Amino acid sequence: MQPHGEHALGPRTYVKVLAALLAFTVITVAAAGVNFGSASVNVVIAMAIATTKASLVALYFMHLRHEKPMNTVIFLGGLFALGVFLILCFLDTGARELIRPPAVRPIASAAPR
Amino acid sequence: MSDSAVALEHAREPFLQHHFSDAGQQADASKIGMWLFLVTEILLFGGLFVGYGIMQWLHPEAFQHAHHHLDRTLGFTNTIVLLLSSFTMVMAVHSARAGDRRKLILYLALTLAFAAVFLGIKYVEYSHKFHEGLLPGRFYSHAGDAVPGQFMFFSFYFMMTGLHGLHIVGGMAVIGWVLRRAVRGDFSSRYYTPVDLAGLYWHLVDMIWIYLFPLLYLIS
Repeated sequence: MQPHGEHALGPRTYVKVLAALLAFTVITVAAAGVNFGSASVNVVIAMAIATTKASLVALYFMHLRHEKPMNTVIFLGGLFALGVFLILCFLDTGARELIRPPAVRPIASAAPR
Repeated sequence: MSDSAVALEHAREPFLQHHFSDAGQQADASKIGMWLFLVTEILLFGGLFVGYGIMQWLHPEAFQHAHHHLDRTLGFTNTIVLLLSSFTMVMAVHSARAGDRRKLILYLALTLAFAAVFLGIKYVEYSHKFHEGLLPGRFYSHAGDAVPGQFMFFSFYFMMTGLHGLHIVGGMAVIGWVLRRAVRGDFSSRYYTPVDLAGLYWHLVDMIWIYLFPLLYLIS
């Protein structure tokens, strides 16, 4: 048997994970229709559900839960890099108007030529 | 492992390459290599997500109005299709590990079928967009917009779903090749690394869609 670490995983676990993924998909569509007041609440909820689904795929379908930690370290390292990318870009974009207030002008009404 | 034990394992296992001491080490190294590649893919799509996030933040009304042109039902269906394909893929890997060649072939074929359905739905969506003039950047020709600037949303829509679609096509090619090898009898419970690695890639493609779907179709 190819050395693979102890696997408690089998078809029954995969079916349960699939059921959870399908359920979360329905939930996220339903939640998108609800007005929580502020638009960012919808974004946070949608991203939280998406991250839960992604975690299930990573942990169980991609076997991270039952394998050597190095694979998880690499994956989380990638997510960390993406996090740095996102956060620094948003911090910068958010601070631009503080540093140099733009002249007020509307978005061009036609596609640029 | 002693020299004679190493030599014995290499003689016994034709798939074991000379620069690895045993099958376990080879499998581990292959997996690590695949995960490193997946990290590059996460950052590839990550760049597009960052761009999309910033532009949506800067032009919220344009993005709000634009995304109403997307069909949520089709997007939802595609999400289900990809989740099912991820399930059949992990079942394929499980079958390979159990040495069940028939089930391996069946599940790989099912994964390909689901992928084809996904692409079919995407084709329907794209056709509708082309028909309405909802095209990226300077090709945008949809008339009568209440809010200007919606071409920006479609630039991101086509870039992100297009790149994702290309990854689906590439994934289908890889799975097709793994399927051919499975039919040929290349895999056993002792060696099924290509199935495993193709599975990892496929799950990542599914993961990317798990984020694309809410961001493009649902946020309002």
